[in-house]
Amino acid sequence: MFDNLGHFLRVLLQGVPATVVATLGGIVLCVVLSLVAGLGMLSPRRWVRVIARTYVEVWRGTSEVVQLFWIFFALPLLVGFELLPLWAGILVLGLNHGAYGGEIVRGAVQAVPREQHECAIALSFSRAQRMWRVILPQAVVEMVPPFGNLFIQLLKSSALLSLIFVHDITYQGRDVLEPNFTGQTALIYVLMLVMYLVLAVLITVVVRALERRAAAGVGRRPVEPGKALGRGADGAV
Amino acid sequence: MVWDWEFTGRVVPDVLRGLLVTFEATVLGSVVAFALGLLLALLRRSPIRAVSRATWLFIEFVRSTPLLVQLYFLFNVLPGIGLRFSSLATGVLGLGVHYACYAAEVYRAGIEGVPRGQWDAATALSLPSRRVWTSVVLPQAIPRVLPALGNCTISMFKETPLLLAIGVLDLVGAAQEAGSDAYRYVEPLTLAGICFLLLSYPASVLVRRVERRVGA
Repeated sequence: MFDNLGHFLRVLLQGVPATVVATLGGIVLCVVLSLVAGLGMLSPRRWVRVIARTYVEVWRGTSEVVQLFWIFFALPLLVGFELLPLWAGILVLGLNHGAYGGEIVRGAVQAVPREQHECAIALSFSRAQRMWRVILPQAVVEMVPPFGNLFIQLLKSSALLSLIFVHDITYQGRDVLEPNFTGQTALIYVLMLVMYLVLAVLITVVVRALERRAAAGVGRRPVEPGKALGRGADGAV
Repeated sequence: MVWDWEFTGRVVPDVLRGLLVTFEATVLGSVVAFALGLLLALLRRSPIRAVSRATWLFIEFVRSTPLLVQLYFLFNVLPGIGLRFSSLATGVLGLGVHYACYAAEVYRAGIEGVPRGQWDAATALSLPSRRVWTSVVLPQAIPRVLPALGNCTISMFKETPLLLAIGVLDLVGAAQEAGSDAYRYVEPLTLAGICFLLLSYPASVLVRRVERRVGA
């Protein structure tokens, strides 16, 4: 049963770069969009709030598969411009999880005590200075653990990209290996699942380190261990 | 290229038929997830260390790996060990097990939220442990976890389209098929998106309202 293990691993590992690139690209886009959307929802200007809120509700309210298919199959027909599968995938991963991240950023900023705002005003900081030097450094400590969960969700969602022919781990296993080794599907899929688990553990380790740094940055002790492992059910909807 | 209303009208019945399948999968999946989730939450608290460790490992493993791969796994491996289910049943099982692991954490938080004094009181009344659960702990824990379970169902609803990968013609599967027949994806896929938005947005507003009421 394990004769082909080496071959399986080699073929599956060829999918790792695409999975990692899609996940990292998605994470970068997700963080940027989360900050923009989260701060947008707290803007004093109404039209900014409306745009940010609409983005968040639309991208959280529709299914990720629909979003992926829409961008990959429908959008090219509308605009006459086709995205490479990997780019389309990164775009969807970032846009979708950015909508969830927006709520994390909003919640974290709102959790910073009022007095901190008032002190910054008393020191006559400008709005931008207040946000950048006082509020965000404290909000980041609150944001990091939920963002860790979100990044793992994003990693898991990256498996969807195999549906638009990105050659990631899932594609390698299902479309390259499985048709040739129909008797050993159990082994193939277990290997795939373990690979995703390893990547998820890597994300957890990095996020833990970030948590410690962020907490130390504002002179706080990190959250008690064990808490960061608890991933919420995809976050409040 | 502009929106084709005539074509839109033609694909609406397909999309609605798909929507029914999506509903079916979500409802059945939720039932499996809520029941199995409670079982996992209780096993997680088992006094036998091996049982609680194994349950923890299972929950973490399932939550850290993609649902899509889990579905492929079930779809391809179950027939090999003599279990032949329809695509929909396999999908329901996959969704159910995946979300049971989230539901288990939800129940855990709910159970831990029951004040210590309630346990002590139950012990003082020398209630047998089964009565402690059915008459004291769960009646207090369950209402508190309802909003979070509601969110689980909404998440599941939005992930049901993954079932198209194992051949279930749900909302998106039907839209996709209608699209590929006519080489026009804009209308069916947009309709599918609108369906999701129209259903999941009010549902999440409702959950938020329940959340405020039970004060979770």
